[in-house]
Amino acid sequence: MSCRVYIESAIPDTRAEVKKNYFNSLGLSVRVKAVSLADCYVIDKELGGEQLKKAGELLANPLTERAAEKLLAPKKFDCAIEIGFLPGVTDNVGGTARETLEDGLKIKFAPAENVYSSRVFFVSFEKKPGSAELEKIKLSLFNPLIERAAIKLPVDFKKDGGMDLVIPKVKLEAKTEVTEVNLALSDRELEALGKLGIENKDGTRRGPLSLSLDYLKAIKKYFDEQGRKPTDAELETLAQTWSEHCKHTIFADPMDELERGIYKTYIKGATEAIRKKKGKNDFCVSVFTDNSGAIAFDENYLITHKVETHNTPSALDPFGGSITGIVGVNRDCLGFGLGAKPVINIFGFCLANPDDRTDLYRDKEKKQKMLSARRIMEGVVAGINAGGNQSGIPTDLGFIYFDPRFRGKPLVFAGTIGIIPRKIKGQPSHIKKSKPGDLIVTVGGRIGADGIHGATFSSEGLSANSPATAVQIGDPITQKKMSDALIKEARDLGLYSSITDCGAGGLSSAIGEMAEATGGCIVNLEKAPLKYPGLAPWQIWISESQERMVLSVPEKNWPALRSLLLNRGVEAEVIGKFTDSGKASVKFGKEIVLDLDMDFLHNGRPIKKQATKKPAQTDSSLPFVRGGNNKKNYSKEILKLLSRLNISSFEFITRQYDHEVQAGSVLKPLQGAGRINTEATVTRPVLNSKKGVVLSSALYPALSEADPYKMAANSIDGAVRAAVAAGADIDNLALLDNFCWSSSEKPERLWQLKEAARACYDTAVAYGTPFISGKDSMFNDFKGFDADGKPIKISIPPTLLISAIGVIPDAVESISLDAKVPGDYIYVIGDTGNEMGNSEYSTMLKSGLSVETAAETGTVPEINPEKNYRSYKAFFKAARKNLIASAISISRGGLAVALVKTLAGGRLGGEISLKDLPGNWSENYQALFSENGGRILATVAKNKATEFEKTISGASFFRIGRVKTGADVIIFNSNKKIIASLKIKDILKAYRQSLGSY
Amino acid sequence: MIHPKIIILSGYGLNCEEETAHAFNLAGGKAEIVHINDLVAGRKKLKNYEILAVPGGFSYGDDTGSGKAYANKLKNHLREELNEFVLKDKLVIGICNGFQILTQTGLLPGALKTNKNARYLDRWVDLKISGKSLWLKGIKKLSLPIAHGEGKYFADKNILAGLKKENGIVLKYVKGEICEYQDLEPNPNGAMEDIAGITGYNGRVLGLMPHPERAMFFHHLPNWPVRKEKLSRKGSPLPEYGPGMRIFKNAIGYFK
Repeated sequence: MSCRVYIESAIPDTRAEVKKNYFNSLGLSVRVKAVSLADCYVIDKELGGEQLKKAGELLANPLTERAAEKLLAPKKFDCAIEIGFLPGVTDNVGGTARETLEDGLKIKFAPAENVYSSRVFFVSFEKKPGSAELEKIKLSLFNPLIERAAIKLPVDFKKDGGMDLVIPKVKLEAKTEVTEVNLALSDRELEALGKLGIENKDGTRRGPLSLSLDYLKAIKKYFDEQGRKPTDAELETLAQTWSEHCKHTIFADPMDELERGIYKTYIKGATEAIRKKKGKNDFCVSVFTDNSGAIAFDENYLITHKVETHNTPSALDPFGGSITGIVGVNRDCLGFGLGAKPVINIFGFCLANPDDRTDLYRDKEKKQKMLSARRIMEGVVAGINAGGNQSGIPTDLGFIYFDPRFRGKPLVFAGTIGIIPRKIKGQPSHIKKSKPGDLIVTVGGRIGADGIHGATFSSEGLSANSPATAVQIGDPITQKKMSDALIKEARDLGLYSSITDCGAGGLSSAIGEMAEATGGCIVNLEKAPLKYPGLAPWQIWISESQERMVLSVPEKNWPALRSLLLNRGVEAEVIGKFTDSGKASVKFGKEIVLDLDMDFLHNGRPIKKQATKKPAQTDSSLPFVRGGNNKKNYSKEILKLLSRLNISSFEFITRQYDHEVQAGSVLKPLQGAGRINTEATVTRPVLNSKKGVVLSSALYPALSEADPYKMAANSIDGAVRAAVAAGADIDNLALLDNFCWSSSEKPERLWQLKEAARACYDTAVAYGTPFISGKDSMFNDFKGFDADGKPIKISIPPTLLISAIGVIPDAVESISLDAKVPGDYIYVIGDTGNEMGNSEYSTMLKSGLSVETAAETGTVPEINPEKNYRSYKAFFKAARKNLIASAISISRGGLAVALVKTLAGGRLGGEISLKDLPGNWSENYQALFSENGGRILATVAKNKATEFEKTISGASFFRIGRVKTGADVIIFNSNKKIIASLKIKDILKAYRQSLGSY
Repeated sequence: MIHPKIIILSGYGLNCEEETAHAFNLAGGKAEIVHINDLVAGRKKLKNYEILAVPGGFSYGDDTGSGKAYANKLKNHLREELNEFVLKDKLVIGICNGFQILTQTGLLPGALKTNKNARYLDRWVDLKISGKSLWLKGIKKLSLPIAHGEGKYFADKNILAGLKKENGIVLKYVKGEICEYQDLEPNPNGAMEDIAGITGYNGRVLGLMPHPERAMFFHHLPNWPVRKEKLSRKGSPLPEYGPGMRIFKNAIGYFK
């Protein structure tokens, strides 16, 4: 027996009003007049009348809400739409309602009983709507991959007495058996096995293993030697463990002449060279070995950083993909050393223009439509909102970047900075080691069928075969409870010996990795806590259900840990033991699920030698510039540039992310009176230390097809420069790399990758900025069908996100970007170049041109790291002497944009002249809009100018003008002619207009 | 000097307990963070403290309505202890989610509903202080940050009349220094009569949406960089603390 409780608003409901406006923004032919809504709880448990009444009281606010057992429709409506989750999808509201009822009614729900939440919308229109209108509204309310929608017209609603009862209970056939997989197959059949997955008895396939033919042959050889067939779980485990997603095979394996592969040669190689050179000034503590990288914060603490991507899931379910991205990377922080406390989140989105109306389908029959660009943007933004805000971690630094090539697959970057005492119970906190005999304990969320094949699916392009179970919704509060109990209590009591995140690959990866330390494990999956019965052992073993960590716990500590976790409302279960048997053994009850040699599991993967090929330059890959674009006046172009999506304000995102929780905020993500989005932020993660953490990031996808080497060098310079402008010391900066590539099976793409990695080595070594952590995502391609049902492939431009992290001695010495005092001098540090290829300005000009005209080509900016290093060092010296009033990195949009951001940031006027601006530029538009690196714009008090100029004398610099009272920004050319004249209010209007309506 | 003991609740997604404890300690108190389950199980006793702080956060993810589930837990297990506490000469503060929890328990009247644009919002606000609150003694205006999705204060006519009669509306959103500085509208969430905070029990219990602990240091202010620049040019020292500290100092001062 089940029952329903409806909660309706007794006062005007803002949520309904906002929904109405949203519906009316969808371009319907009939306007929506009114919307009302009700929250519905399906209680799948027998409750008495009194209990049901009490349930209503517990779930409704007596002042503003009414509880009812029957849904009350408004007097007039045109349709009722109910949106609920599909079976098995995480339902946080339902979960909280269940806890509330258990506690308030003093009842217990049996494992098969539950509470399910849904929401009913009543919509009425100004005129009678057609079915197209209703369909449009319905589609805007739900994502068919995770949710269900039911729509009823008033007549049916009345006849049926409301909406139909749906209980989205997971019903699985109890199929707990282990099956063997036959590998004695032809090459073609083996390939099909790798691509489509293990065949079920009914002929259906379980979903991609992403195992290539040579991998499958190696596996076959191993099992032939063992004299048996692999179990399904063994094959799935090898697929997870050897996946590109987990082993980073492209970075790890030899490439052309690089026997050690690009990761060891260029990324790790750079860090090794830099650390050696720094000697006793080396601040790296734990690099590349753990879930996050760590550098020294002070004598008492380490600071950790990790940036992840969650791209493929975000294409299918943007909200779920993005929320699991952020709470997932939080676990990379919790899983560092003995557990670091998350103190800052960062984010980044690469998207298509939300106004892009291209329809895409996953299948030829056009039944599986991809979400619109707008839905993807709104979803990924909302996901970080929910994940970050609910976890109580400030989400501060971030960016949003647009290019049509992100329409098929968006990129969602999520990063977490953590803090951990250097020593815990007298031992170095970054070293963890499970010991033979330690218990394997799983903590946090339960296991369901959600998130199966996530790791292998990220290792492939997105197509109709991509499984929908690969997406999940996060449950930040379950994770928050776990995080608090572990990091704020259990860790410091020394109750566990090792900890890791249960992320991609689920238990198979987490336990597999931890068992490497002891040399084996024995696991009984029958003990694993499940969301619902009926999961097969292989599913339990590889499920990527969220909010879980795996601990290694000395047996004597288990009772204390268990009771602590229980007291904090956190579930934990012992599921096995670490051993030194050399074997990974997994059972379900008595049945053997998996019995693999540890050595084969981790080192049995055949190493591939990869070959690259330099791609031929095509018209579309050559960088565009518009020669001879000299104008008399650039005012309009500057405003147009400011309103471009890649330069414009994204305040609507910044404002909806709590960036002040934990009270460490110093330089905020929106700065100055003009509320300018920044490229760097500063935070004090330890409230009784003056030290600050500077964060910044940069990416230049627009340059990658033209020159991947320069693209990578610009990304590094961009991140370093933004941090330096905020007050960081380049000698105390570390980097993180996130390579997001496409079609990485192609030698041409691999060549670009190798070039980018080579630039990483050269630039990072010249700057002395070591890489401490990184992640790659190699197959960001969409393969599907367009509106005509024709096959289409959309590949992202090779993208490298560089994130920088540094520690400064005094957070309050950091520098904001806004001009502060009229009369201050304006300086440009660094040389202005003439390489305008694919700059934001050039791209803006290109967009209105015909194909022939658009073929004008130029070059993209080259980075001179040795020269820049000297500038940045000199700049830091001036910053420490408190000589700089404001500073901003000159980046997208060039000097003109940096200048107007500085002045609008302070809501002050100013004048500059291009006369004697250093560099090899020759035309005014180059001086204004060139994006070549190494440059910072700064303002300095008049009476500090002499000392500033003396301090910075090692760098190329020039005083180009001054801050003034009033609201006019005026730019003179070399001949004292005005070439731009702008009002602050117009600057701010242009800057805020493009995304201002979101 | 007396160091009053402050109990700061935690658990189930509350998340501002550490910085709130820091602020109370800086103000001269002795703050202790206590998980609600330790109170429920009787391992800790509310009566052993002088000040109760229900800090900000996201208890139960705002599921079923902000503060509701946590308030139900308090009501189910700690109703008597809470009633006893507020009737004594002790202080209670509910900040943001804590304020939502206090209204859901019924300790403070009214409700906090979805913001006017139905979206979470982080920004600074300016506040005008009126009425009587021991927490706000001597303060006339104040700028603090807010960060919430459900902060629109609602009360029916009777409640509103009662609050006015008792001078219970103590914090109102107004246009002040920060709104002028960043060109922001005064009322961020559509709250009825611009109400940002109310008081009860003779000014001993304060509920407010803004976060004073996120304004405990000078560098928390959105305009600190420009203020710093101007102060340093005058040769004046930089203040260490921000406007929020006064609230914590008032509370500690009450027990001196």
